[in-house]
Order: sequence, then C-alpha cells, then structure tokens
Amino acid sequence: MKIFKKELSPEQIVKLARVDRFTAQQLIDGIVDDFFELHGDRQNNDDCAIIGGLGYLAGRPVTVIAIDKGITFQEKVQKHNGSPLPSGYRKAQRLMQQAAKFNRPIITLINTPGAYPGKEAEELGQGQAIAESILQSMSLTVPIIAIIYGEGGSGGALALATADQVWMFEHSTYSVLSPEGFAAILWKDASRSDEAAQLLGLTPAELLNKGIIEKIVPEHKKVERLFEWLKQALVTELAQLMEQSSQELVENRRERFCKF
Amino acid sequence: MKIFNKEHTLPQRDSKSINEQIPDGMWIACPICHQSIYRNELGTLKVCPECKYGFRLKARNRLALLTTNFTEINKDIMVEKTDFPGYADKLQRAKTTTQLNESVLTGIAIIDEQKVALGIMDSYFIMGSLGAKTGAKIAKLFDIATEQHLPVILFTASGGARMQEGINSLMQMAKVSAAIARHSEAGLLYISVLTDPTTGGVMASFAMQADIIVAEPHALIGFAGRRVIEQTLHEKLPADFQRAELLQTSGFLDAIIQRPELPTKLALLVRLNEVK
Repeated sequence: MKIFKKELSPEQIVKLARVDRFTAQQLIDGIVDDFFELHGDRQNNDDCAIIGGLGYLAGRPVTVIAIDKGITFQEKVQKHNGSPLPSGYRKAQRLMQQAAKFNRPIITLINTPGAYPGKEAEELGQGQAIAESILQSMSLTVPIIAIIYGEGGSGGALALATADQVWMFEHSTYSVLSPEGFAAILWKDASRSDEAAQLLGLTPAELLNKGIIEKIVPEHKKVERLFEWLKQALVTELAQLMEQSSQELVENRRERFCKF
Repeated sequence: MKIFNKEHTLPQRDSKSINEQIPDGMWIACPICHQSIYRNELGTLKVCPECKYGFRLKARNRLALLTTNFTEINKDIMVEKTDFPGYADKLQRAKTTTQLNESVLTGIAIIDEQKVALGIMDSYFIMGSLGAKTGAKIAKLFDIATEQHLPVILFTASGGARMQEGINSLMQMAKVSAAIARHSEAGLLYISVLTDPTTGGVMASFAMQADIIVAEPHALIGFAGRRVIEQTLHEKLPADFQRAELLQTSGFLDAIIQRPELPTKLALLVRLNEVK
C-alpha cells in the first residue's frame, strides 16, 4: 500500500513485531490521563502480564486492559514474556464486567506470543479461562476496541480481541499460531518459519483485506504523533459506538464474527 | 540402567497410532492401562474392559451407539477455501475415510426419548480440527436449536485449530461462542461431552462454555500440547496430566460418564433441566 514508506515482507514484520518497541504502560500513559491500576482476579492471584485499570480518554472514563511483555529480564520472567496465566484472563473478565456495570468503554492492548503453556496454567484452567473471556465478551453491553501492538498470538490474543473493532499497529502480527509452531506442526520443522510467515497471512495489510481487522495504526518515529493519532481515532470511534444501544452493540459484535 | 531413570509413572504411548491399529490386530494394547485386549472383547462400544477408556470413534459409529433416530442437517453449508498447498487433497481423503463433509456431524436426534440438537466431532477428520465449515456447522446447530427451543449436546474431539485455514480458523472460536451466547440467553441447555482428545482452540472455546461439562474416562483434555509444555518447563509431565480424572479433581468437569451409560445419563440431564 502507498501509505507505507516501504513494503516489508511478512517475515520482516514478524521480527519487528517481536522487538519491544513499546511497553504497555507507555501506551496507556500515551492514550489516557490519570491512569489508576486495578489488581487481582478476586480469586487467588494477580497476574502481572496483564495490566488493567481506569483512566480518562479525552475526558471520558474508560477501562484499559493491556498485555505487557516487560523489558528487563526480571520483568520478562514475571510476566512470562507477555503470556498471561488463567488468573490474568480472569482479572480481565472482572474488569470487563465492571466496565459494563458503569457503562464505560473498554480498550484492550494486545502483545502476546500466546497464553502461557505451563503445567500449573493448565491445571488452573487456561482453556476454560480463555473460553470464558470469549463468551463474556460476546454479551458485553459496552463498546470494546482491541489494539494489537506487537504479537497477536492464537487464543491467548483472541481472548481479549473478541471486540467491536480490532486494530493493528503497522508492524504487528495476528495469527492462529506462531510461524515456528505452524511450521513445526505442518512440516515437523520449526526452522521453516519464514516460509510459514508468508503462508499464514499474518500481516496487518492482509488481515485488513480479509476484514479480520478494521484499522491499521500508522507508526511514527516520534511516538507522540502515534499516541496523538491513536487517541484521536479512539475518541472518534468510541463516540460512534456509544451511540448504539447496548442491544445493537451486542448484536453487531456477534454479527461481526459470524461472517468468518 | 535406563529403566531406573524413568519416572514412576507409566510411559505415554501415542493413542492415535494404537487407535488406528484396531481393525487389523487380534490383540491391542490399551493406551492408558497398557492391558492387552482381545479385539472381540472391545465390542462395538470400543471400551477397554480394564480401565474403561473409550477408544476414539468415528462420528458415524458414535452416532449408532447413541440413537437410531437422527436427521442430519445443513449438509452443505458453505463453500470451502482450499488454496493452501495440499489442503484440497487432505480434505478429500478425510471425507472419504469418515463419510462426513466436515470434522463434525450435526443433526436433530432423539436420545432416550429426548429430542436434542446433536453434534459429534470426528478426530479421524484432520484430527477433528476446527475449520471455517466446522465452525459454521456448529454455529448453525446452535441457531437451529435456539429457533426450535432444543437443548444442544455436543461431543467434542479435536486437536484444535485447522492450521491450513489460518486466522479464519481462530475466528471460529468466536463465531461459535456468539451462537452459544444466543442459545444460552434463550434459557436453553447446552451439554458438552469431552472425548479423547479435546485440546487447543476447541477446548479453549465451546468445549468449556457449556452449562454442564462431562467427559469420557481418561479423555485427554487440555489447552497447550504436552510437548510444548515439556519444552517450556524442561521437565517430564506425569502420565495423568490433562486427563479427565485430573480435570474433575481440579473442578473443571461436572462428571465423568462411561461410554455405555452416556445415552441414559445424557437424557436424564436433559429431563432434569427442563424448564416447566
């Protein structure tokens, strides 16, 4: 497409999407004012891979739920490099229900290779937590806009991307599985990931074409410009979504996914 | 010696290869308890007499065990996109083996006098993977059930997303969830029956979204694959990991039902949940 300075190949975009260009906190601070973080799933844990809380988007209170990979080694270990635990998804569910109660729109920021594949995560119901997030999002009476700002990996990303609109940063990916996993399953050879990246159709441009996403967020060297663009787009789109009745919102969201 | 380095648990064998051996060998080994079973002893139910593990069934064979009163619906629901290299051939082979048009068989059935919308997934159809047509058939089943005020019973058997269909496969998790949400809002009952294996995206969506979730004994149920977890943690997992019994202990299953009892128990659950 013309608007981009240079056409990048899918495998180049995969590499860029994995570079830690933004932290979730940086994005949150760029979009909302007076952010107040809310912790915990009210059951037994607070997964720090998911940052959730409240803030003002141009004067309107919103709920923000963001997956964060962390920057330092210690953060990466704690956050499993942005792979949420079941408790992370349950925290997200709690905050979504709360947003619905107070009629606040929800913005999710996604950057994850996938839900955490660990023994305990399985025993605590990783699959059930994702299933419940998707099901609850299908009945939420407030607008949700999901923004993928790095990797959008598999069910772990979908759990927060069952939204009215899904946007992607210019250098981000969204796929059913990582190119490595895809190559390992199909050809039993994880090293053919570049080939897999081309076949997967995981770039923003391809996904926009297929109608999987609604918008591509253009990236700038100056992050302030990116934040300004994003903020403006969110204000405009949320205002339009807020005009719909809660019943219309739910119906349209379900319809959005029925076409695939 | 090598034997002493192993864990105290029984080694895992690939249940798929053993299942595929059923038609030929006189004796087969149960993948769970490793007991040798004389083939005739398995019967049409294909249940291990020792540990009650239910061997993997084709959807049409399972249907025969549940009911004789079945009307298949939405035979040809959409056109497939088969542009992925080698995918068209794979689909054709799966269709011939299973006598199905997709990895799920859907219809209206009467099980033990109870009229239900019934779906049965088939692990012999590209590992029961979730393609766009699979999703469309299941969503349609829920929509018809909502219109006709019927409960839904869905037997899941799947390795997860259908890789060849890419992101569209992922979207099916959301599509089916939307249909389930509508069905649920109409006050109708949904029972999922998790059979061996129910994993990946199917487990992380409609398998776990039912009002009542039951499973067959020793069924493999999990989100992430065993090998992926072992690679992440660099340690061997116990043999009963991700098996139905463990899931019930940790609170994710309502009940484990042995295969011969499924028709009567499912019908009972339907009757108990009737809204007067």
